[in-house]
Formats: sequence, structure tokens, C-alpha cells
Amino acid sequence: MIHTKDLSKTYNGTTVLNIEELNIPKGQSFGLVGNNGAGKTTYFSLLLDLIKPTTGSITSNDVVVDKSEDWKPFTSAFIDETFLIGYLTPEEYFYFIGDLRGQNRADVDALTSQFEDFFNGEILGKKKYLRDLSKGNQKKAGIVAALIGNPEVIILDEPFANLDPTTQIRLKQILKDLAKKQGVTILVSSHDLMHVTDVCERIVVLEKGNIVKDLETNPTTLKELEAHFSGSMAAQEEE
Amino acid sequence: MIKHFLNLEWKQYFRSSYWQKSLGLNVLLVFFALWFIVMFLSLGFGLLFVLKKTYPDQDPFVIANGLLFYWLMVDLMMRFFLQKLPVMSVKPLLTLPIKRSTIVHFVLGKSALSFFNFLPLFAIIPFSIMLIKEGYEASQILPWMFALIIVVLIINFLNFIIEALSSKTDLPFLPLLATVGVLYGLEYFNIVSMTSLVGNAFMGISNNPALILIPIALLAIAYAFNFKILREKLFLDSGLKSKVTEVKAADLSWTNRFGDIAPFMQLDLKLIWRNKRTKSSVFIMVIGLVYGLFFYPQPIYRDMVWLFPFIGIFVTGIFLINFGQFIPAWDSGYYKMLMSQNIKYEQYLRSKFVLMILSVVIMFVLSIPYVYFGWKILIAHFAAAIYNIGVNSHIMLYGGSFNRKKIDLNQRAAFNYQGTGAVQWIIGLPLMILPMGIFALMNWLVGFEAGIALLILLGVAGIVFHKKLMKSITQRYLDSKYKMIDAFSQDN
Repeated sequence: MIHTKDLSKTYNGTTVLNIEELNIPKGQSFGLVGNNGAGKTTYFSLLLDLIKPTTGSITSNDVVVDKSEDWKPFTSAFIDETFLIGYLTPEEYFYFIGDLRGQNRADVDALTSQFEDFFNGEILGKKKYLRDLSKGNQKKAGIVAALIGNPEVIILDEPFANLDPTTQIRLKQILKDLAKKQGVTILVSSHDLMHVTDVCERIVVLEKGNIVKDLETNPTTLKELEAHFSGSMAAQEEE
Repeated sequence: MIKHFLNLEWKQYFRSSYWQKSLGLNVLLVFFALWFIVMFLSLGFGLLFVLKKTYPDQDPFVIANGLLFYWLMVDLMMRFFLQKLPVMSVKPLLTLPIKRSTIVHFVLGKSALSFFNFLPLFAIIPFSIMLIKEGYEASQILPWMFALIIVVLIINFLNFIIEALSSKTDLPFLPLLATVGVLYGLEYFNIVSMTSLVGNAFMGISNNPALILIPIALLAIAYAFNFKILREKLFLDSGLKSKVTEVKAADLSWTNRFGDIAPFMQLDLKLIWRNKRTKSSVFIMVIGLVYGLFFYPQPIYRDMVWLFPFIGIFVTGIFLINFGQFIPAWDSGYYKMLMSQNIKYEQYLRSKFVLMILSVVIMFVLSIPYVYFGWKILIAHFAAAIYNIGVNSHIMLYGGSFNRKKIDLNQRAAFNYQGTGAVQWIIGLPLMILPMGIFALMNWLVGFEAGIALLILLGVAGIVFHKKLMKSITQRYLDSKYKMIDAFSQDN
């Protein structure tokens, strides 16, 4: 589904991302972990063609993302709050995204009504602008907006950050349900190792732009990841 | 402390992507500044001769004092529209061990160094020198000169008070216009002679230098009032406390007749109506509409046919110029999202285009009553409207692809009067002057009809080639996509 080849991104001589090869098959739930500056957001931005790769390319469903825009209909993302339009209400925002993705109001209503638990009564029907919502509630709206229009690829950058514990647990359930659906590829990045091992079938560890671990999730994965990150801490201390 | 602030200012200015990418605009600004300095200098040196020639049997010093009222009013108006309180991002500073009053003093002090305060000096000082050379007592002229300089500063701070008080309302410029209008009316209808009132005040100061304490006291009051307003704004909770406004949704389903661009048009209309910055550009349309009244009622202008298209472009195109020049920066806050969505750039741009065209048509229809001042005006306005639709609209869209400055629509932070300043109006000038020049040339060479015909022809050409033009404009946007995303995600 998503095929990354010889991808690198360099800013003023500093390479922030360098991936020789990474293949994410259709339907996989894929987790990206790494410390700050490891290149997670850079990778997602490249995947969404928001920045230009220095070398190499990403091919999504046979579409080279920085050559053609044909990946857009089946891809959706929520990277940060700048994906929201502050002066719209959540409903208006959902309808707007729906319009862009060829969904009428009834379709959008049907989808958002499934997330009433997740919204916890704080999003819909409140007559508030998105800019007036709290960070956590903005995030909820953004994540649900990324699910509109049956996308085949869903990209969420740090979806668990800023959410309260209840919502984090509900979000995990949503992501697991999506993963069960045939053919939906989910890409998630997180600093929370526990959540990520819970949700993702496969976890890739980035370090300074390079892939250092590529794991199939199994009961020992969390331990392995914890060992890795405390190990890299120890290694840094030795330096 | 001040040293640190100056250091921050310096870095903010020179490290912003705006500075680096719009050197041309900065050069233009400098050019304008020099131009005004020269104008004021020649005013300062020349005024005495002009007054002596025009009023040979009166005291030029008294005459000059009589004119001061008009000058002060114009100064106040100009500042209101062009000068903004210097912006400083204060949030990061609030938790640091810096006295709040230091921050406020710095911001106010910085405003006193504005170009608007220096410009009058170029006229005041030479004029005073000329007066002294002419034989007036230096002991009279010097207090007068200092009083004027102090009054300039008073206007500086008064302007910020007016801005702060009126920015909360929907019609921010109305109170000022009303005040100036009333004062002018009092003068015009001989109810209270404002000119002699102001003139006598200055004469009084020059005759009795001790009276200069009055303007100094006024300056201190204006400063203290500003200080109070800003200090209140400086508390974090007033910046953080979100004013939650109940949403009033309007029915925008009529836009559906525009087909595939309807979602964008609805978004744009909400954008305009729900944000302060954009809302004001709607109200500026009202000013644009009455702009012609400054010229047409006066017989001198009615013979200056070459001026008509200029006014026509302004009247019919004021929204186009005001709104258009910030395309696509209006959407800068969520530009990343738009770029990753399933949209066609062409639709996005076409929606803005349709909006601008609609505004031109509406403004033209509303300006039809100008026919009262002569049918030539109506025809010139019509030609200007066509020109706006065919040429200026495309220029605006094309120019937008060079836009690299983010606009923060939310305007939550204190001190955020961001955005509109002198630059905004300078950009608009070529759009008005070019067609005026074209028309004036044809009008002079051939005649009125030929000039009008040429403007309409240019406009129609733009409309005919609309599809082609849009294609190349879209390509421009696509080419600068990464640069725009990068610039719009920067804060300054």
C-alpha cells in the first residue's frame, strides 16, 4: 500500500529523515515511535506532500505522492490543531470536510453519531466555534474529521496527547475497530509506548531519522521498547 | 531590560520570513517614506512664501495657525487608518521576572518613535526657522514649535486610545469619522469656529510660553490613559479567557447554485463574517462607496475626467483590493489541512474569484446614484468595474501566490492589532493608478469614448481569457505550495 524508497529530508545540511525502504501493507495498523526530533512528523508531512523530499519518494497505492494528487481521495490525516478551521463549529467543519470528500450531510451525521461516547457530549450541538474549544476537545473533533469519507489511509500524529484518560481508552477502541475493518491502513505516532503497542500490529522505532527497530507486536514488545528507550538513555549518559 | 527588548525586536523583524521574502515591498516603503519627507520639507520651507503671496496683507503666522485645525484632523485620520500600535508578543514575557509596567512603557515608547511622529518635524522645524529668519521673535516661535511637537505626540497616543476603545465595536472607524465629521461640521457651518479656536490656542502659547504646560499635561494624561488600558490587557487571563460567542448560523444554501465551488464559498462567507479582521473589510466597503463624494460634488474635480476611472476602480473594487490582497493568507491558519484534503486548487481559487466579482458587481450597482453628478461618471464607473473584473481580480489572485505572511484570525493575544497598515494601501495603488494612466493617455490622445473603450476592452479580454489565466495562476500556486506551507506555519 505505502511504499517508501530511499527517502531523505535534509534541512541546511542536517539530515532529519533517512529511510532506505519501508513497506506498509494494506490494512496494517502501523505505529511510529521515537524521541523528539526522531522524524515522525517529518515522515507524516512527507506522506501528505506538505514538504518536499530531498531524495527518494513515497508511493501510496501506486501514486507517487509528490508527483500526483491522486492519493488525496483515499487519504486523510490529523496532524495538529492547524488542521482545524477555528471559526467553524464542529458540525460545520465536519460538513465542510464531508463536502470535500463527496459525503452529504446525512452521511456525515451518520458517521459522527457513532462517536457520541467519544465526544462525551462536549462537541456536537454546543454552538461553539472550534477556536473556543479546549485543546483536548479540538483534538477529538480533528480525529473524527479524519475518519469522514471512508479513507483507506488514516494518518494521526500523536493522537493520544492532550486527551483525558477516558478519551484515550475510547480512542484506542476506535482505532482497534478501524483496524479490524478490511483494508484500512492506520498510521499512528505516539510517545506513549503502552498505547501504541496496544493499538498497532507493527511498530517502527525512529532515531535521528533512521529506522532502528521494526517489530511485529507481541506480548513482549512493550518490554522490548522500554528496554530500548531506557537503553538509549543509558547510552546517552555514557557519552 | 530595554536592551533585551530591543534585541528581541531586532531579531523578530529580521528573522521573519516576511522580511526576507518581500524585500521589494520594503524598498517601496522606504521610497514612499523618502517621498513624504521631501514633500514635508518643501512644505516647511515653502509655506511662508506661499502664505505671503496668497494673503499679502495678513500675518502669515496667524494664517498658519488658522490652518492647524485641518492639519490635526487629517493627521488623526491618517494615523487611524495607517498607524497601528506596535505589536509585541508578550505571553512568553509574562511569566519572566519583568515588571508589567516595563513592558507597557516599552511598547508605548516604541510607538513614539514611529515614522508618523517624525514626519511632521520635517515641516515644523523648517517652517519655524523660516519664521525666525523672517523677523519673528525666537522667544515666540520656539514655544510654538515645541507645542506643535507635543501635540503631534498627543495625537499619537490619542489615536491608540481611540483604536483600543473602538476596536471592540463592529464599526471601528465610525466613532472617529463621526467625531471628525462633527468638528468639521461645526467649522463648516460657522457654528463654532474650530480653526480660530485651535489657532488662538497656539497663538496663546506663543505669546505666553508658560501655557505650554497645558499640552504637556494633556500628553501626560494621554500617555497615562494608554498605560492604564494596556496594563489591564497585560494580564494573562484576559488573553486566555476565551470569549465564547454563541454561533449564529446564517442560511448559505443560496451558494449551492455555484456548483462545485459552493463549499468554499460558504467557508469564505463564514470567514468574512465571523472574524474581526475580515469583517472590517466589509465595513470598509461603505467608506469606498462614499469615496466619490469627496470629489464629485466639487466643480474642480468634475472637469478632471481623467480622475473618474481612478475613483471608479476604488469605489467598485475596494473589497477586491482589501480582501484580495490577503488571498490565500486568510486561510493560512489551516493551509496545511487544505493542502492535504481532496480539493482542486482551481476550485479553491475560483471561489475567491467569484466572491470578488460579486463584490464588484454589487458595488457598481450601489454606486449608480453617482449618475447625479453626470453620466460620464456612470460610464467611467462601468468601465472601471469591467476592468476590475477582468484585470484586477486576476492580478490579485496572481499576487496572492507571493503571499508569505500568516494572518492570525483568532486575535486572542493582547496587543494583537496585527496586520493592516500602510503596506496594505500601497499595494492597492498600482491597481488604481495603472488604469487611470491608461485612460488619461487615451483621453488626451483621442477622447473620452476611446479611453473608456480601451478600459472595457482590457477588462473583456481578461474575462475572455479567464480560463487560461486561471490555469497559469493555479500553476503558480502549485509551484509555490511548499514555500507557502512553510511560511504559513511560522508565527511571525
